Amino acid sequence: MAEVFSPIRKFFARSNDDLVKIIGMAVLVALVSSAAVSVTAVMLKPYQEANRAAEQQARMDKMLDTLPGMRDLMMETGVDTLETRLVNLDDGSFASSEDSAAFDLDAALQDAEASIALEPDADIAGIKRRANQSPVYLLQKDGELMLIVLPVYGAGYQSTLQAALAIEADLVTIAALAIVEQGDTPGFGARIEEPDWLAQWPGKKFADETGTVRIELVRGGASTPYEVDGISGATRTSTGMTNLLRFWLGDKGFGPFLTRLRQEGL
Amino acid sequence: MSLHHHLTAPLIGNNPVTLQILGICSALAVTTTLSTAITMSVALTVVLCLSNGVISLMRHHIPPSIRLIIQITIVASIVIVIDQFMQAFMFEMSKRLSIFVGLIVTNCLVLGRAEAFAMRNPVLPSVVDGLGNGLGYSLVLLIVGALREFLGTGALMGVPLVTTAADGGWFQPLGLMQLAPSAFFILGLLVWLVRAMRPEQVEQPEFRLRTSEDRRP
Repeated sequence: MAEVFSPIRKFFARSNDDLVKIIGMAVLVALVSSAAVSVTAVMLKPYQEANRAAEQQARMDKMLDTLPGMRDLMMETGVDTLETRLVNLDDGSFASSEDSAAFDLDAALQDAEASIALEPDADIAGIKRRANQSPVYLLQKDGELMLIVLPVYGAGYQSTLQAALAIEADLVTIAALAIVEQGDTPGFGARIEEPDWLAQWPGKKFADETGTVRIELVRGGASTPYEVDGISGATRTSTGMTNLLRFWLGDKGFGPFLTRLRQEGL
Repeated sequence: MSLHHHLTAPLIGNNPVTLQILGICSALAVTTTLSTAITMSVALTVVLCLSNGVISLMRHHIPPSIRLIIQITIVASIVIVIDQFMQAFMFEMSKRLSIFVGLIVTNCLVLGRAEAFAMRNPVLPSVVDGLGNGLGYSLVLLIVGALREFLGTGALMGVPLVTTAADGGWFQPLGLMQLAPSAFFILGLLVWLVRAMRPEQVEQPEFRLRTSEDRRP
């Protein structure tokens, strides 16, 4: 055994000014540190993901609570949560339920077959790639659509904003907006999470009669049903929010799906 | 220099924040409420003990020419590991502290103790020194956090202690206390208080202002 350890011992016996020792120590510290960090990150990942999933569920629940009468409606229809369906974004049709269970957004974005690269001028939400499919959440009563929740995301000021947009059965009126995840500047952009700000969304219309998406966050007072007050001091977060909503409600996003629903129903 | 001395000296006599004015950036950022101040104190104390311990353990083999890089690498790894643990088991708290835990890496207190103490002392005194300095830092953070939360919201640990004016009581919360500058005010008053009680802490000015007396030949 002593022979095996002797090179190590010799290494540590070298002077601290020796070049081999300096480089060796640097490499050694880097290796040990990165091993410690990686092991912890990998081992704790399931716990962290469970936390995030629980938080997203809680936010979805909170959004449902902000909708007047939504809980009663859900009680009436006898469901305790929304139905998840997978939509093919290009033609707006529903994908099969097996696909829906297996859908993984991160994996789809890595896969050239399951997602498309966006041209810079089409990519107003700043997301670079868009998966070909997306989950949507529906509430139905007696086969009739009552509410639809669309997951949307895009670039804010310094983080990706993830939100859930609930739309009423007329498919133009916004029922609520919930922020699922964001990391913009606390006190400025992060104020998109404040209940007072989110309370302006219900009742707004995201598109006009011709189907053109017109929703916008504006400076100063919102004056039309398509306008929502932006956040002062957080212009880029507000612009980011406008752009991501316009992207996801537009042709590259849920546009074809919403058009199909308007024409043929579920 | 007993262990007891290493533990108690940094509490008031040689407090890292009020005497050495180290690590005040985080003292300012996380003290809006008492609960974030407590979490940050615990996180920093643990990092300080661990980093002092590890660095002291390998102090004979840290080449002086790259010692700062090695120290900061070790501190950064410990901080990331702790941050990961917080995200896994204290999720709500980790969201509220968000970047500040990561910024422990740049807290001058951690590197300061590693360089000034752990590099020259055996493991046990180093860990105790880390604990003592962590507690000294915590003490200041808790005082500032408690004052800011109470004066700013009328509550402590989120539990309302007095009825605020908004709820029909007499207490008008001081909104300024929730903003960063108030931490400077409280910290300044605290430093003043400590130095008034212990005049030996007052530093001699490095340069004296020239008076008209000096100008005479």
